[in-house]
Amino acid sequence: MPGKAWKFGDGISTDHIAPGRYFHLRSNLPELAKHVLEDARADFAPNVKKGDFVVAGRNFGLGSSREHAPTIIKMAGVAAVIAKSFARIFYRNCINIGLPAIIADSDQIDEGDTLDVDLAAGKIRNLTKSIELNFPPLPEVMTKILKEGGLIPYVKKYGELPEI
Amino acid sequence: MGKTLAEKLVSSHAGKSVSAGESAIARVDYAFTHDASGPLVVKKLKEIGANKLFDPKKVIIFIDHAVPSPRMEVSNDHAILREFAKSIGCIFEEAGTGICHQVVAEKYSAPGRIIVGTDSHTVMGGALGAFATGMGATDVSVAMAFGKTWLRVPETYRFIIDGKMPKGVYSKDIILHLIGILGAEGATYKSMEFEGSTIRNMEMSERLVLPNMSVEAGAKVGLIPSDLKTQAYLKQMGRMHEYIELSADADAQYEKTFEIDATKLTPMVSLPHAVDNVKSIDEIGEVKVDQVFVGSCTNARLEDLRIVASMLKGKKVAPSVRLVVTPASRKIYMDAVKDGTIETLLEAGAVITPSGCGMCFGALGGVPADGERVFSTTNRNFQGRMGNPKAFTYLGSPAMAAATALRGVITHPAEVL
Repeated sequence: MPGKAWKFGDGISTDHIAPGRYFHLRSNLPELAKHVLEDARADFAPNVKKGDFVVAGRNFGLGSSREHAPTIIKMAGVAAVIAKSFARIFYRNCINIGLPAIIADSDQIDEGDTLDVDLAAGKIRNLTKSIELNFPPLPEVMTKILKEGGLIPYVKKYGELPEI
Repeated sequence: MGKTLAEKLVSSHAGKSVSAGESAIARVDYAFTHDASGPLVVKKLKEIGANKLFDPKKVIIFIDHAVPSPRMEVSNDHAILREFAKSIGCIFEEAGTGICHQVVAEKYSAPGRIIVGTDSHTVMGGALGAFATGMGATDVSVAMAFGKTWLRVPETYRFIIDGKMPKGVYSKDIILHLIGILGAEGATYKSMEFEGSTIRNMEMSERLVLPNMSVEAGAKVGLIPSDLKTQAYLKQMGRMHEYIELSADADAQYEKTFEIDATKLTPMVSLPHAVDNVKSIDEIGEVKVDQVFVGSCTNARLEDLRIVASMLKGKKVAPSVRLVVTPASRKIYMDAVKDGTIETLLEAGAVITPSGCGMCFGALGGVPADGERVFSTTNRNFQGRMGNPKAFTYLGSPAMAAATALRGVITHPAEVL
C-alpha cells in the first residue's frame, strides 16, 4: 500500500523518538505516541498518516534500548522505517515488535515522495520518482521472527526460540 | 584457531564452539529490567503466557530510573513491578539501592557470565569479563522466561592501550577519544576488547567507564580480560569465589587492532548534541556552563566523588554554577558519607540527590532551562537528553567537572589538581 515519505537526518536517537521528559507516559503508549519523534520534527506526530514511511540517514535509533521507541513509531501508523543504517538494539527491537526496518539508500527518496514497499521482494518503489530501490533480505533468524509478527507471537506459537 | 573474549563467552553458553559472524542460542546467567522498561517486560511476559521465570534467582528488577517517584504515573509503574516481583519471586532491588549497572557490577557481574538487561548501558558489566549487553523489553522478557537468547557472535575490535596517563586524564578521556575516532556507529555490533598496560594498572572503578560507553560507538559488548584487579574488586564486594581467569587466546582473530599511547592523551569533551562530537579541551575555547552534574552509571563511583571532593575541598563552586552530585549506588553513597566526601561536597555548595538515573536522561531532577549549558559526567548528550531540547550538554570526566564547577567555564583539570 503506498504511503508518504517523512524525511529525517543522520543520528536520530531514541531520545529524539521517545524523549525522557515523557517518562511518565511509558505505560500509556497511545499518549506517548503523540510525542513520537517530537524533538527531531515537531510536525511529524500530528500529521503522520497510517501507511506512511519514516525515511532517515545513518545510524537511526542510536542510544537507549527503550522498546517504546519503535513501538510508538509503529503505533503512529508507520509502515516501515527506511534508513541508510540502524543502531543495533533499535534494529533488533523493530524486528521483535514486527516493525519492518529497511536498510536502503535513502538519498533516492525526498520528503513527501510516495513509496510502496514489497518486503518479500526486497523492493522499494518510489512512485513519485518512478524508480526502484532494492534492499538486502534480513538475516534468516529475523525473517522467521518478522514472519510471525514479532518474537512474542513466535514463542507463543512454537513454545521456543527460533532455531539457529 | 584461537578465540576472542566474545567468542569464548558465547561458545561457553551455546554448548558449541562458535566464531564471529555465526549466530547461536545462548544460555543467560542473569536477565534484568528496571522501571523504565519493566512494565513493558511484565506485559510481554503475560502475552507469552509465562507464569514462571526460568530461574527467579537469576532475574532482577531494579527501581532506579525515576526515584523517588516524581509523579503518580511513575508510582503506578513502580507498584506494578513491586507486585510482579513479589508474585513471581524474582530478585527485587528497591528504589535507593542504586543505578542498575552499578549494582550489577557490585553484586551480579563476574567473568564468564552472560547478562542481558533492558538498558543499553548493560555493557558496563563487561568490565568484569561478562558478555553483558542491552536489549529491548521483548528480548529480555523471552530471556527471563526461557533462560536463553539468540546472539550473533560479534567481530572484535582490539584496543591496546599502553603507558601512564598524564595528569588530569582518566578512563573517561580514553573512551571519549575512541568514540571520536570511531564515530557513533563505528563499532556497530562489534565487541570492543580493552587491554594493555594502562588497563592492567587501572582500578575497576575506572575500568567500568570503558565498556559502559562502548555502546556510544554502537558496540554490542565492551570487554576487559579478568585479572588481579578484577579479583581485588570481587573480593571487596565479598564475591571472591566468583572469580575465574578469562582472556582471549593469543592467536585470536581481530577485525581491527588499535594501539593507543596513553601518555599522549589530553582531557576530552563531547560537545552537544552528539556523543561522537569529541574535541580535546584545548580546542573548545571558553565555554561557560550553568550547571555541573556528577552522576550516572558512567562516572559516579566513590573514586569519582573523591576526586571531585579533593578538588573542591575548602572552596566554593562558582556563584554562576549549580553543582548536582548523584552517587551511583547506596553503597557508594554510604562510603562517601563515612569518609567525609559528602560533607566536603556539601560544604562546597553541591546538591546531593538519591542514587538513580533520572537526571541523566531527563526523567527527574536538575532539568536545565532554555539555552543553558550543562557539564556532565554522564554518557549521552543528545538533544533533549536532560529533559529540555533547548539546553546543551557537554560530557567529560569527574575531575573536569570539579574544575568546571569552580571556574564556571569548562576547565582543564590540571589547572585545579
